[in-house]
Formats: sequence, C-alpha cells, structure tokens
Amino acid sequence: MSIRLVWRKSLNVFMLSLTGLCALLTVSALFFILGYLVWNGGKDLSWSFFMHLPAPVGEAGGGMANAIVGSLKLLLLAALFGVPIGLLGGVYLAEFGGRTMPFVVRYTADLMNGVPSIVMGIFAYALVVMPMHHFSTLAGGIALAIMVIPTVLRNTESFLRDVPRALREGSFALGANKWRMIATVVLPAASRGILTGVLLALARVAGETAPLLFTAFGNRYWSPGWNQPTSSLPVVIYTYATGPYEDWHRQAWAAGLVLLGLVLITNILVRAFLTRGTAYERT
Amino acid sequence: MATTPNAATPGELAAPSRSSLRRWLGADEIAHLVTLIAAAVLVLIAVLLVYQLWILSAEARAKFGWSFFITKVWDPVSGDFGALPFIYGTLVTSAVALCIAVPLGVGAAIFLAELAPPKLSSSLTFVSDLLAAVPSVIYGLLGVFLLVPLMRTTIQPALKKTLGFLPLFQGPAYGIGFLTAGIVLAIMIVPFVLSVSREVLLAVARDQREAALALGATKWESTWKVVVPAARIGIFGSVFLALARALGETMAVTMVIGNNPKVAASLFSPGYSIASVLANEFSEATGNLYLSALIELGLVLFLLTFVLNGLARLLILVTTARGSGVLPT
Repeated sequence: MSIRLVWRKSLNVFMLSLTGLCALLTVSALFFILGYLVWNGGKDLSWSFFMHLPAPVGEAGGGMANAIVGSLKLLLLAALFGVPIGLLGGVYLAEFGGRTMPFVVRYTADLMNGVPSIVMGIFAYALVVMPMHHFSTLAGGIALAIMVIPTVLRNTESFLRDVPRALREGSFALGANKWRMIATVVLPAASRGILTGVLLALARVAGETAPLLFTAFGNRYWSPGWNQPTSSLPVVIYTYATGPYEDWHRQAWAAGLVLLGLVLITNILVRAFLTRGTAYERT
Repeated sequence: MATTPNAATPGELAAPSRSSLRRWLGADEIAHLVTLIAAAVLVLIAVLLVYQLWILSAEARAKFGWSFFITKVWDPVSGDFGALPFIYGTLVTSAVALCIAVPLGVGAAIFLAELAPPKLSSSLTFVSDLLAAVPSVIYGLLGVFLLVPLMRTTIQPALKKTLGFLPLFQGPAYGIGFLTAGIVLAIMIVPFVLSVSREVLLAVARDQREAALALGATKWESTWKVVVPAARIGIFGSVFLALARALGETMAVTMVIGNNPKVAASLFSPGYSIASVLANEFSEATGNLYLSALIELGLVLFLLTFVLNGLARLLILVTTARGSGVLPT
C-alpha cells in the first residue's frame, strides 16, 4: 500500500469515528440531564411537595401544589383556545383553500412557530394584561394558546393530506357531500396523527417559562378563578433556582424533575403511539 | 412529514352534485366559511402582533431613532436607553453556540445519515428529538448549579492558561458570562442542527454516493466531497434555523449570562441579551418610555428571527426539492 492510500484509509477511519463521537455526545446529553435531575431532585419529591402550598419566604418545607394546579389551568386554557382554531385552520388548508389564502396561512404559521416565546409574552401582555390592568391566568393561557395554534394547524394539515385519495372518492361515491366526507371519513382516518400533534404542542408549551413571566406572573397562594395571577411549574423553577435560599434550590430540582418527567413521558408515549401506524396504512 | 404520492390534492376532488341531498344544501359552504375563519384568525393574530409591537414601541422609536442601536447606556432612572449591550450579548452568545453546535450537530447528522444502520439511526434521532423537547428552564437549572461552578473552577482557568493570550479569554473567571451562556445554548440547539441536517443528507440521491464509491473513494471521501457539498445549502438552512432559536432563547440564557449590560471583548465577562432583559425588567418597567424601549427590543428580536427563519426555510426547501438527484453539473 502506498503511503497515500494508508493516509486516506486512516483519515477515513478517524473522521468516521469522529462523527460517531459527535452522535454519542449529543444523545448522551439527554441521559445525562435526566440522570442528574433524578439524582438531585428525586430525594426531595415527597407527599407534601405535591399537596402543600409554598412555605413563607425563608422558611424550609412547603410544596408546589398551587404551581402544579396553575400549570394545568394554563394548559387547559391553551387547549381550549388554541386547539379548535388550529384544527379548523388545518382542515381549511388541507381540504378547502384557494390560491393565495393557503399560502398566506401556511407562511404565517411557519413564521409564528419561529417567533421567540418571550415576544409572545409581550404580545399577550399588550393584548390582555394592559387592557385589564393586572396579571391573570387568562393572559397566561392566551399566550400559550397563541403558541399552540400554528403547530396544531400545520400538523393537522399534513396528516389530513396523508389520507389516501381512495377514501375520499369512496365517500363521494356513496353520495356524501364534502363536509360529511371530511367529518366522517377524513378526520377519523387522520385522528391519531392529529391527536399526536395536539399533545406534542401542549407538551411543548407546558415547559414554557418566558411567555408566563409577565402574563400569569406568579403567586405564592392558590389562584381562584381565571382572573388572578397564578403560579406555574416553569416559573417557580426559575424563581427558586435564581433565589437565595438553599431550600428553594432543592425544591427547584424536584420541580424540574417533575416537569421534565411529564414532558418526556408525554413525548415518548405519544411518539410510540404514532409510530404504531395509522388505520389507513394497513389497507 | 412528507405527503404520500397517492394523497389527494385539495380542490382536485370536486363535490358531487348536491341535488340528491337537498337537506345538506349549503353545508359545504358553511364548513368552508368556518374553517376559513379559523385560518384567518391565525393571520389576524400575526398582523396584530406586528401592529402592537410597532405601536407600543413608538415612543422609544421617536425619542431615540437609530441611535438606539449604537448607544451603550441603559439607565432607566435617567431615561437613557440604548440597545447595543443587549444586541451585542445576543449576537456573541449565539455565535459561541453556533461554533460549538454546528460541527457537533453536522458530525452527528453525518453519522446518522451515512453510517448508522437504519434502526440505530432512527432510535438516536428519537433521542435527539426528545432532547429538543426538554424545557429551556431545565437547561437553565443545570446551567446554574452544574455548569457555572464547573466553568469557574475548571474550564475558565484552563482556557486562560492555554489561550489566555487572546483577548477572548481574559479577565476574572466568574463562571457566569457570554461563554457559559453560549455553551448552554449550544447544547439546546444541537438537536435542531442534527435533525434538519440529517434530513437534507438523506435527501441526497443514492447514485451520488455509489458513483463516488465506484470511483474508489473511501466512505469518508464520498461523504465529505460528494454528499455534504450536495446538501450544503440545506445544512446552511439548518444553521440559520438553529441561529434563530438561539437568538430568541430566554430562560437558560437569563440564568447564566450574568445580567449586566456590558460590551466586553472577553467571553468570560458577564453580559446581557435582548431576551434576558425582557424577562428581567418587563414586569417591573415603570413609565411609558421604559416599557416602550423594552418593546422596541422585542420588535428587534422579532424581526431578526423573522428574517432568519424565512431564509432557513427557503434554503431547506431548495435542497430537499432538488434532493431527488439532479445536481447542477
């Protein structure tokens, strides 16, 4: 073998193993993050963490019951406002639509997907907090809902498009008109994919902190109704992690573990559910 | 998610004559209208977003004009607002993040697209997708309690010793600062570089690889000299996409950058970014001018990410559309 060939072959092996190392480093980051959170936060997870209100500032103990409920309420609002609009908009793109409007909607959805979440916070602040003159659960929910819409919309569209033509033609042949075809044939056929998109979008906004900082704000007590500032898991993690007390830091780890656990479990379950295949693929 | 070839294209299937189903007369039109309204709401929200940012930043725009972008002073008490330290901080941290994330992400993408068996490749991609789903406040948490102490005691002193002659690595090692924020950002954007790059690499036609191998190229040579160049526009697209993410990232950066409006050459210095100053000061902003200056920063951030995202999408579209093999000769 010439020296050049030896050089080329060893470069080949070297560079290929380097790319393998890159892949290893990247994926190991997830396991490292998860392991570190379990190690640090696992021991502070207790009954009172889930059931109690935060202790007075500076005192040890207490829990995050209000933050967990607050996060759920915010997610509920996000789903309530965001999902129907995203879903119907997706149906419009895939089933109706003309020339210019679908292009504009699609482009807007992609643009909105890329807008930094903190800017969405400013928007919700201008839209809800400024007219109402106070922070509220409603404002936080709307901020999250605006982030849910584009994801659900694009996802719904792409899954509806994957429904084969034969199903639509069959439905027409049976005498259904277009909206019956959509409601009784196309939507059910794509329902699993659509549900996946909805759940993934909700899991994503569940971890958002930035849009909540000046919309839902924070609260050390229960937040009754929808009209008052509320605590939420991500914001509490942020406040506690940057706060001065040792006990806060421990609780931030525990809350981080809960949040990460919820987000990852949702993601894994939903993605596993999706890859099991959709009904129409078996035909 | 690609469309399958046999999927119906909208509008192509005309609804059959409705005369047999008189009772549903008009139902199609109503359905059309309802879904159209939903889609229009999204567009309306986007228009309203731009409008609000523009109107609410009017006071600051009128008062400071273009000098807003080159003024270093940020003094809410005396009402002097300049965006330079924040724009600088945002750009520097994003640049550091790209320097780390692009080689790592593209390297991993090459491994996943070219070398790994399909099963391994798809499960590793799954893990990388999960990594992209980790909330940013979690990265911040690890940044504060793990990375910052590590930077202060180990990494920064080591860098100072070896590369300390560069102005980039001088000054006291606080642990927090541009470099730490950049590293956290890098970990956060790697999954984006990886998944998009992998997709564009996979879109390069198989013939290209086989032709290179048949000419006697090693696996690496065929990858580096044929496949990567063919996919390079799409890879640039993934970099822009990741950059747009990095620019707008808030929580993790806020927690480790030091929150000090400073323009410093050293990466060890504490700084501030646009998103962080919004996160820290927005809810406490007193006075209209203060609020309006912050909203103008939001507008800047919005425009930056808007342009980058548009560019990224265009580039990715160009490569994957061309992917089925026809390369310019």
